[in-house]
Amino acid sequence: KKKRGNGRRKGASKEAGEGEEEMQVRPEKRERGKRRRAKNDQEAKGRERDEEEQTKIKSAKTTKTRKKEKSRKTEEEEGEGESEERNTKRKKKHGSAKKEEKEEDGGKQVRPESLSPEELEKLKEAVDERKKLIQGLRGKPWPMKKKLVTLRESQEFVEKYEGALGKGKGRKLYAYKVMMTKKWMKFQRDFENFKTACIPWEMKIKEIESHFGSSVASYFIFLRWMYGINMILFGLTFGLVMVPEALMGRPYGSIPRKTVPRAEEASAMDFAVLWDWGGYAQYSVLFYGYYNSQRAIGWLKFRMPLSYFLVGVGTVAYSYMVVIRTMARNANESGVGDDNSFNFSWKMFTSWDYLIGNPETADNKFASITTSFKEAILEEQESRKDDNIHLTRFLRVLANFLVLCCLAGSGYLIYFVVRRSQKFALDGLENHTWWERNEVNMVMSLLGMFCPMLFDVISTLENYHPRVALQWQLGRIFALFLGNLYTFIIALMDEINLKREEEKIIKFNITMWEASLYNSTVSENSTAPPVTIHPADVPRGPCWETMVGQEFVRLIISDTMTTYITLLIGDFLRAVLVRFLNYCWCWDLEAGFPSYSEFDVSGNVLGLIFNQGMIWMGAFYAPCLPALNVLRLHVSMYLQCWAVMCCNVPQERVFKASGSNNFYMAMLLVILFLSTLPAIYTIVTIPPSFDCGPFSGKKRMFDVIHETLESDFPAWFSKVFSYASNPGLVLPFILLMVLAIYYFTLAWIHSQKPLCFLFVCPKRGKQEEEQTSSTEGTNGSRGGQKSSLTGCRATKQQCFITGGRE
Amino acid sequence: MVVATCILAMSVVRQRLHDFMRMIQPDEKWDCTFFTRKEILRLHGRYHELAPHLVPMDYTNDPDCKLPLALIVNMPELKENPFRNRIVESFSEDGMGNLSFNEFVDMFSVLSEMAPRELKAIYAFKIYDFNVDNYLCKEDLEKTLNKLTKEELTPEEVELVCEKTIEEADLDGDNKLSYADFENMISRAPDFLR
Repeated sequence: KKKRGNGRRKGASKEAGEGEEEMQVRPEKRERGKRRRAKNDQEAKGRERDEEEQTKIKSAKTTKTRKKEKSRKTEEEEGEGESEERNTKRKKKHGSAKKEEKEEDGGKQVRPESLSPEELEKLKEAVDERKKLIQGLRGKPWPMKKKLVTLRESQEFVEKYEGALGKGKGRKLYAYKVMMTKKWMKFQRDFENFKTACIPWEMKIKEIESHFGSSVASYFIFLRWMYGINMILFGLTFGLVMVPEALMGRPYGSIPRKTVPRAEEASAMDFAVLWDWGGYAQYSVLFYGYYNSQRAIGWLKFRMPLSYFLVGVGTVAYSYMVVIRTMARNANESGVGDDNSFNFSWKMFTSWDYLIGNPETADNKFASITTSFKEAILEEQESRKDDNIHLTRFLRVLANFLVLCCLAGSGYLIYFVVRRSQKFALDGLENHTWWERNEVNMVMSLLGMFCPMLFDVISTLENYHPRVALQWQLGRIFALFLGNLYTFIIALMDEINLKREEEKIIKFNITMWEASLYNSTVSENSTAPPVTIHPADVPRGPCWETMVGQEFVRLIISDTMTTYITLLIGDFLRAVLVRFLNYCWCWDLEAGFPSYSEFDVSGNVLGLIFNQGMIWMGAFYAPCLPALNVLRLHVSMYLQCWAVMCCNVPQERVFKASGSNNFYMAMLLVILFLSTLPAIYTIVTIPPSFDCGPFSGKKRMFDVIHETLESDFPAWFSKVFSYASNPGLVLPFILLMVLAIYYFTLAWIHSQKPLCFLFVCPKRGKQEEEQTSSTEGTNGSRGGQKSSLTGCRATKQQCFITGGRE
Repeated sequence: MVVATCILAMSVVRQRLHDFMRMIQPDEKWDCTFFTRKEILRLHGRYHELAPHLVPMDYTNDPDCKLPLALIVNMPELKENPFRNRIVESFSEDGMGNLSFNEFVDMFSVLSEMAPRELKAIYAFKIYDFNVDNYLCKEDLEKTLNKLTKEELTPEEVELVCEKTIEEADLDGDNKLSYADFENMISRAPDFLR
């Protein structure tokens, strides 16, 4: 009987004529009645009816024949378990690649005891497959009705048989597991719903997207992502560094480093001093210098210096992880490199931005698409005459030279200004005007504003394609900011060294002072109690770390102020002027100069990235920086959203955001690396100040780790660690890592080769065909096609092409 | 008393919400689309807004209510899209653009940012295929181009672009783009997902 069943099955699967189906339908109806006797579910009947109504399912005929067979077999009253077995066997035979196959159960009650273990396994497989089908249902290009029906049926099937699968002793455990999985899935679903509801600013960004297209919106999405990162950094520094010291450390005024020196006390509360982050602001948890170097504080025995160090390392590590993870995710989505082979096709099918909902933007988009088509047509029509390539090359070299001069000039300017500010500091800050006091920050911000415009003008010499020109522009601005930042740091290093020189002198002075104090008291009274001096009067050592922290905070504040002021003046004031002066002006302000401004996506993104770089650099020395940045980003979001909607017009050249996404991430990664370098350098090489901070008294800042290992961990741990840090072990380990990286890189390169081959091959096949067809005619073309195809390894396209041909 | 009525009112509202959710069964649609429950409910609100007198609130009897093409293409999200008619047509069962709520949800699910690239490619092909013959022939391309540029290009330019497109993407040499050609070309495009 089984053999007959097989043969019939095969015949049925060859998509026999409709007539056979008709015949099968009638006996099925008879069977249905009989099955009702066998305690069938109503569901199964409903399912069968549904199935018959579904005409789109290719293998519907196969399922029907299977049903028919099965019903016949049950008529002959074979064991119910066997039908189940046949079910699963049949499934295997028909190769469950087509997920459209509906598993038929005929509504049999499955008694778990009657199934052998392997039958159970198969049933389990069937259930798992159904589950996979349910999970993958979203991605199927079926009409909704079909999806819903499939979903209902699969769910019923799974529910029915899942309970039955647990057998004997393991049954309770299995049922429990199933219930927990279901609860877990429900929890995940609710959590997903909750997470989507939690995303901030979603409606704002969607509105901007519909008005301005995806590239402007991508800036705001980037801003929101940065905000998330900074929140986490803020949580770390606030919770693990600032709060413990504030709550459990020694209070203000108890020890010298926590008190404002007597000399500065008079002006410590002045707004000007506070704005400059001196006075009471300097001697607080906001900066490095406040922290005490006591090993464990409070009743919790919180290891403050260790925590400070680890939080510093942790912020960097977390940032690296997040940036690399996002890059990897984006890398999967972008296509394979920059191909020019589908220029027109891509223009036709992918140039429309489906997110646009605003008529004005839509008009702009239409215009830009038309322009881009016209440009492409022109390029195509013009023969490739490189007339005067020498002139172009010369102009480009000249342009690059000018840019280099600009960069060098700006670097020198900053250096000069920083040295000047040092001189001012020595003179005493009160003697100088506000400009002279804030010169460094102002100069840096102004350079950041005007140099890009200069670069823009210079780039007109170069005559590049707009997209290439944009990339050059971004690269140059990047170099500018980087150069400025590093010049700033070098100047800072000079100051640090100065302070360290000062330190030696002051140390000497302090010992002299203490000695004199001791001598004077002893001379007065031989049984004098220990001298109590108010902490404000104790001479203080210089604290270069706090100075560095202060410099960074000042830089960021001035940068923020500059951004906001340019926004208000450059965008808002300009828009107001254009709008209201237009009535009484000689030429049309709105259409001609100056008109409304466009939103400069790349400039803003770069600004954001560099700001973040400065945060990373300074966060170790000023724990308040992440908090400041969170506040700043929050305000920026609202201010810029308002400014964009109110003062900007949609861009004329609407560039898509996609390709640039990974570009910005790459820049962020480079900045992250470059900003952690100076911090790491200072931590490793420069000894901490003797008089301030959590590491005072140590030779190097990272000694705190060593100390912790020695005193807080059991003895064998430090022994193990000392063995592990032996160069004899570390060097081979590094060698191993280098080899692993080398291997993975080679493997990746080799895996790319067949991929390139696969992509190129169909094209090559087509080209060869064209060549052969031009010489040999149609017969030859087919032969040519075949030979090139056999040359290629099997590709999706190839199979389809050969299949199509045949 | 006030508290009691408040609680009562809330429970009534909650019950109505439950009933409502049961009626349009968002959890089922949750599994078939890329939307969360809240989004599906919001979509239903939008659907209802389009024709409040036509769209029922009660879906337990599985009513067969379809909104015509003209109403749907006037939604602000679709209004500016040059392909709006084709989009709605390719998601409708009868091919004329009349969408039931299920198809409405399906359409937005595929157009949303959570749908994978392959799924979007399949539907993009359907959208650009104006004469629904499973091939993008020259007429389809011409229509696409004219819609994109609002007929600003001259006929010669249109001709040139269509020829170049077919030349670039057609692999099996039949002078029209089958789904395989289209997918091959679109999978390399960096700009496709939007």
